[in-house]
Amino acid sequence: MSEVRLVGISKHYEGSGAARPALERLDLTIPSGELVVLVGPSGCGKSTTLRIVAGLEEPTTGQVLIDDRDVTRVAPAQRDIAMVFQSYALYPHMTVFENLAFALRIRKLADAEIRRRVEEVARSLEIEAYLDRRPRALSGGQRQRVAIGRAVVRQPAVFLFDEPLSNLDAKLRGDMRREIARIHQLTQTTSMYVTHDQVEAMTLADKIVVLKDGTIQQVGSPMEIYDAPANRFVAGFFGTPTMNFLPARAERVNGHLAVRGQGFELAVDAAATASPAAGDVTLGIRPERVTLDERPTAVPLAARVELREVLGAEVVLHLGSPAGELTVRADARAAARPGDALTVWLDPGAVHLFDGRSEQRL
Amino acid sequence: MSAASPAGTRRPSVLAQVATYAALLVVTMAVLYPVLLVCKKAFEPGRQFALSASPMPRDLTLDHFRDLASAEGPHGELLFLRHALNSLVAALATTVVGVVLSCTAAYALSRFRFPGRRAGLTTFLVVQMFPASMLLLPLYVLLDRMGMLNSLVGLVLVYATTAIPFCVWTLKGYFDSLPKELEEAARIDGAGPWRVFFTIMLPLARPGIAVTALFSFMTAWNEFIMASTFMTDETRYTLPVLLQSSVGQYSADWGLFAAGAIVTSLPVMALFYVLQRSLVGGLTSGSVKG
Repeated sequence: MSEVRLVGISKHYEGSGAARPALERLDLTIPSGELVVLVGPSGCGKSTTLRIVAGLEEPTTGQVLIDDRDVTRVAPAQRDIAMVFQSYALYPHMTVFENLAFALRIRKLADAEIRRRVEEVARSLEIEAYLDRRPRALSGGQRQRVAIGRAVVRQPAVFLFDEPLSNLDAKLRGDMRREIARIHQLTQTTSMYVTHDQVEAMTLADKIVVLKDGTIQQVGSPMEIYDAPANRFVAGFFGTPTMNFLPARAERVNGHLAVRGQGFELAVDAAATASPAAGDVTLGIRPERVTLDERPTAVPLAARVELREVLGAEVVLHLGSPAGELTVRADARAAARPGDALTVWLDPGAVHLFDGRSEQRL
Repeated sequence: MSAASPAGTRRPSVLAQVATYAALLVVTMAVLYPVLLVCKKAFEPGRQFALSASPMPRDLTLDHFRDLASAEGPHGELLFLRHALNSLVAALATTVVGVVLSCTAAYALSRFRFPGRRAGLTTFLVVQMFPASMLLLPLYVLLDRMGMLNSLVGLVLVYATTAIPFCVWTLKGYFDSLPKELEEAARIDGAGPWRVFFTIMLPLARPGIAVTALFSFMTAWNEFIMASTFMTDETRYTLPVLLQSSVGQYSADWGLFAAGAIVTSLPVMALFYVLQRSLVGGLTSGSVKG
């Protein structure tokens, strides 16, 4: 059980010519035993953060603490961490057994103990049959199992995962995701997991850290992030299809906020928002909260179907409306066809408001 | 193949194929003909090169090889054995010195950032531009001052300095191509820099090392100018110097020369044959990803 703390971490790459630093004054605590997912678009600094925790890169400023011990200048070998790489990074000239045993041999464990631990991990990851093989004789999924096994066998204080599933095809990715979740439940080891895939983030995380341009946008549980995104970027990053964004104007009218866009008007409970008296806002609403049938409190919006995507269990309708483009998740039996005019209903309770200028949540 | 390929990719016409193979045949013969002539001379009696252009010998004899093996020096020692041993020692020592120093240097130049790195790499490149004959005089003076004329150690030093720049560049290129994640994984697994180098990087660089070892060996084994300049004592000759001395200004024993040339080239050919799997392996062993 180990807690990881990052205090005021910045990283500037010298001579990179980049105007802004890769990371800027990052503060983050990963509580003992939690699995924290760092997520964001490429270049957001998530991998750099992980590599700084691993000790593969030094921060320009700031401290890395593992269990209150300052490890900022400590070599990776002395940090008691294990890392799983996107490229697996298995030692190609060693057998699977030797790959798993490598770290244990360095720590001079007895041969019998090494064999016991390697075999135990191999059994739990279902790679026993391949212990004598070289990595090149394994499939992608098997290699990733070995890579995970190499981390697990060490029983480290902290697991680091650097986009471990990005090289796998969709089905394997799902299997391995569940495997990692199972291992985490079993070992309860503090873990940091970097991905650009919001589905991995949502399904695996105890806590999600959303990064963009080297700064933290939001930290929260998956549902907090989904239900109360801190800004427009976070709102747009999570959820498939992405949230609808409609430009509007807000005005405070006796205790509530009147939000007016092209072709619709709705009232939002003002107590819930720390909004200014009036101003330009962006209204966000998730595709599943826009409905085709009338609801008691919902407000109507006239729209026209432009595209219909059938997903089997549901259809995704892309609509044009005076307010802007709109995506709706609907029942697969919905009859709407491209060209049809219809009325959709917006649920005021499901509306997110973002400041038009700063894009922060109101 | 033909069934799967679309109709657009037709096989080349018969005429084009005949022309291609004819051209290949001519080039192959042009390359092999001189070699065949040497082989012919080695097994043909007589000291002179026959005027016949046929690559087939008129008569077969092993006399030249016998002469080569039985030639004796002033103190009754067998010269050929002596020279072969000189060559072997010089070549092996050059290989060992060259590969050991190049491996460590190339790894440092590939992975570490330190002052003088770029300058060092450029220097290694620039010194290769100078022809060996230009260095003869200064090297001669240096070796003379150090008392290393007619010394195999001196010769190995000279050979190693010519081999190392090339080996460093080749090996650096090879180390560059090895994924960085492997080292990072090893470092996280607890390995120090030396262990990373010896247990991860060196085994993976084997094909690159094979190439540089072969190159070092051949450089030393085939080298003539320096050896003939620095080694004036007949017992210190290497094989190429021996070969040259068999075709002197006043008498030329081409039969002896041809026999010696064949015997001299055999070890290099054998080495190529042994290492070819590593050489090809170096080209095909790919990334770690799936």
